[in-house]
Amino acid sequence: MKARERAAGAVANYLDERTGAAKWMKKTLTKVFPDHWSFMLGEIVLYSFIILLLSGTFLTFWFDPSMREVEYEGSYEPLEGVHMSAAYASTLHISFDVRGGLLMRQIHHWAALIFLAAMVAHLLRVFFTGAFRKPREMNWIIGVGLLTLGIVEGFLGYSLPDDLLSGTGIRIAEAIMQAIPVVGSYLSYFVFGGAFPGELFIPRIYTAHVLLIPGIFLALITAHLMLVWYQKHTQYPGPGRTEKNVVGYPLLPVYMAKAGGFFFIVFGFTAFLGAVAQINPIWVYGPYTPAQIGAGSQPDWYMGWLDGLVRMSPPIETHALGYTISWNILIPGLIIPGILFTLMALYPFIESWMTGDKREHHLLDRPRNNPNRTAIGAMALTFVLVTLINGGNDLLAVHFDLSINQIMWFSRIGVFVLPPIAFVVTKRICLALQRADREMVLHGKEMGRLVMLPHGEFIEVHEPLSPQKAYQLTSHEQLPALSAPETDERGVALPKGIRQRMRARWSRAASEHVAKPTVEELKEIEHH
Amino acid sequence: MSLQPIQDPGLPTHVHRKADTDPKAAKRAEQQVALLFLTSALGTILFIFSYVGIPQDQLIFLPILGTTNSHQLFLGLGLAISLFFIGMGAVHWAKTLMPDHEVVDVRREQRSKDEDRAAFVATIKEQGATAGLGRRTLIKRTLGLSLGLAGLSPLLLLRDCSAELPGDELGQTNWRAGTRLLTDPGDRPIKPGDLEVGAVAQVLPLLPAGRKRTLNDIAKDALLLIRIRPEEFNLDAERLSWTYQGIIAFSKICSHMGCAVALYEQSTKHLLCPCHQSTFDVTRAAKVIFGPAARSLPQLPISVDSEGYLVASAPFNEAVGPSYWERDSE
Repeated sequence: MKARERAAGAVANYLDERTGAAKWMKKTLTKVFPDHWSFMLGEIVLYSFIILLLSGTFLTFWFDPSMREVEYEGSYEPLEGVHMSAAYASTLHISFDVRGGLLMRQIHHWAALIFLAAMVAHLLRVFFTGAFRKPREMNWIIGVGLLTLGIVEGFLGYSLPDDLLSGTGIRIAEAIMQAIPVVGSYLSYFVFGGAFPGELFIPRIYTAHVLLIPGIFLALITAHLMLVWYQKHTQYPGPGRTEKNVVGYPLLPVYMAKAGGFFFIVFGFTAFLGAVAQINPIWVYGPYTPAQIGAGSQPDWYMGWLDGLVRMSPPIETHALGYTISWNILIPGLIIPGILFTLMALYPFIESWMTGDKREHHLLDRPRNNPNRTAIGAMALTFVLVTLINGGNDLLAVHFDLSINQIMWFSRIGVFVLPPIAFVVTKRICLALQRADREMVLHGKEMGRLVMLPHGEFIEVHEPLSPQKAYQLTSHEQLPALSAPETDERGVALPKGIRQRMRARWSRAASEHVAKPTVEELKEIEHH
Repeated sequence: MSLQPIQDPGLPTHVHRKADTDPKAAKRAEQQVALLFLTSALGTILFIFSYVGIPQDQLIFLPILGTTNSHQLFLGLGLAISLFFIGMGAVHWAKTLMPDHEVVDVRREQRSKDEDRAAFVATIKEQGATAGLGRRTLIKRTLGLSLGLAGLSPLLLLRDCSAELPGDELGQTNWRAGTRLLTDPGDRPIKPGDLEVGAVAQVLPLLPAGRKRTLNDIAKDALLLIRIRPEEFNLDAERLSWTYQGIIAFSKICSHMGCAVALYEQSTKHLLCPCHQSTFDVTRAAKVIFGPAARSLPQLPISVDSEGYLVASAPFNEAVGPSYWERDSE
């Protein structure tokens, strides 16, 4: 035995005699993970979270979360002698006087953008492949919670420097709080410690940003990953892959090396962005004062759709009996996002109710094979996209020489009209793709090779599919629609008739498909 | 499960990589991995060099990037290279040299076996019975009461998050009848002649002696002063009397969500809020003509005092800034 092996054996022995972990470790280290590029999206989220913790900790060493008024005397000359909050001054200090400070700030901000972008991409992957189905509904809900928290965390984070842009964002958040009926002004007073802006919100959101929310994040991410671990990862359909197995690479060494390596790749990429791509140059904006603002004020992208919703809202306010309700803030700022996120969280249950499918699923769907779900996703995505476009309407107007009023009207109408269109178009595209799959299985792949037969006829040569490919294109399930019995066997109308009929309608829509080739059809083709 | 038209052909046969069979290819792959790791080491050296050797204020001009701080740039590039290539090395290693046999593991249904489930339910029932949870309703109810009440105490503790309650503070500003308008920045009183037709100025109220201006004051007091030709106004008699020689004053805090309404277009006499593009018509007392704002910007009545300086002739007759529940907008 080599010395190295002896040492490894000694360590393993030491640990096992104290924890009895050998059996568990053996199972764990050879745990199988399916391989697919789209499974990396969630990994990117996790790695950016770690990058955020590291770079964020670095920033806390110098950041002073206080709104005490100071006179700036750092090395950034244009602001020399300007009165500002200690938070803003210390952010300038990090940017100009701490070596690598600006780099770390930029890495932190880029990592936050990547964190949220990867979260959304991961969510879309899980949605469109149906990975949220039983038994993974709980993990889907945790994921929706993480996304919500992520948006809040990002917003609080870019508010901390107390610059003119971020202060404006805080002002808008305060207006949303204030708009809540009955308790709004009290809520705002409790959060800000009095009237806006006061001198307390930076230290308060600092605690939330560096302690409270990251703590909840850690707990939820741990639960999220433990569930993935325990329930085993889903896999794409294909030859040899079934609902009863999981095909992939063992954790040790392949996955460890790939995943560990990928962490460094994500970190390196983020560092590259932090080095070359300037982000949030707070020294350009100046310190916050409520009476000033920069033109083209924009939130970070994950808040942009909310801002776009607020921008497109019609000017409705109710005044009655001396009280005011600001629908123009409540509807776009709280009600619509609330409905959207609730529907998103409940979607696994809605779908299983629509289809009546209560079974476990570990094989993923190809998006085309579930046209209804894919179309619902496209509809939601279109909605958010239109609002996001409207969130940048001022920039679009400037850069493309358009009228801001036209963009606003486009979004106001588009937000109602475009999502249903996206639904119909996506559903048709999915069905067309199913038809193409069916054709391919029945007649083989088009080769683009034309052959002239002796009697002068031209035919195109089709190459038959490999059995693996043919299986992949035909292995999906096509569930029949639920039928809704309106009366029982004796002709008495059933209670809940309307609900059942609605369910049957939805189920019909959900089960629409192009029939995949049958055994008989394939046999018949073979005979030709 | 419906009958599959094509039977599962099973996992495709394993195809060996070049490095699995050819020792030369394996050697090559090993060298490539080593090269990637070495590149990372060079990155760290660049990082250290930049930290020590490049002055913090040294600028460099690069195409596309423009003028950037070279200390931060090369520090970042060094870090990026050193991290990125560790990752590339590890992944390349895994892909070329580590075993690439796909492994099949079985997957069981999440649901436990029926006897386990039955035993679980039985345990709960049994333990619940020994604790007497079902019978001792008095204990159950008092426990519920005490837990619920205990939950109130943190809420109570949060009361002091704000020393003061809103009261009618949201409706108050520092503008009183006779308060002078001061330039911001500069804090100088203004005479009508200081403002040309077409000009716009931001002003703040003169505060009582000894009172220091805070951001809270500015958040409510900020005022926009705009001068147009008097005949361009389209106002009723009362509102017209609030102007002075073509000078009109509005709260600068947007009636929608409180941003500073900072963009004034001289030719159309429109005020635009850069946050949500609410547009107000100056000639019609800042009436909303576009965007989400539901109310005009509050107008401050102005005149001149005995020394000829602009003053407020009355306080605002409504609350400035965004709406809130108790705001009386009638």
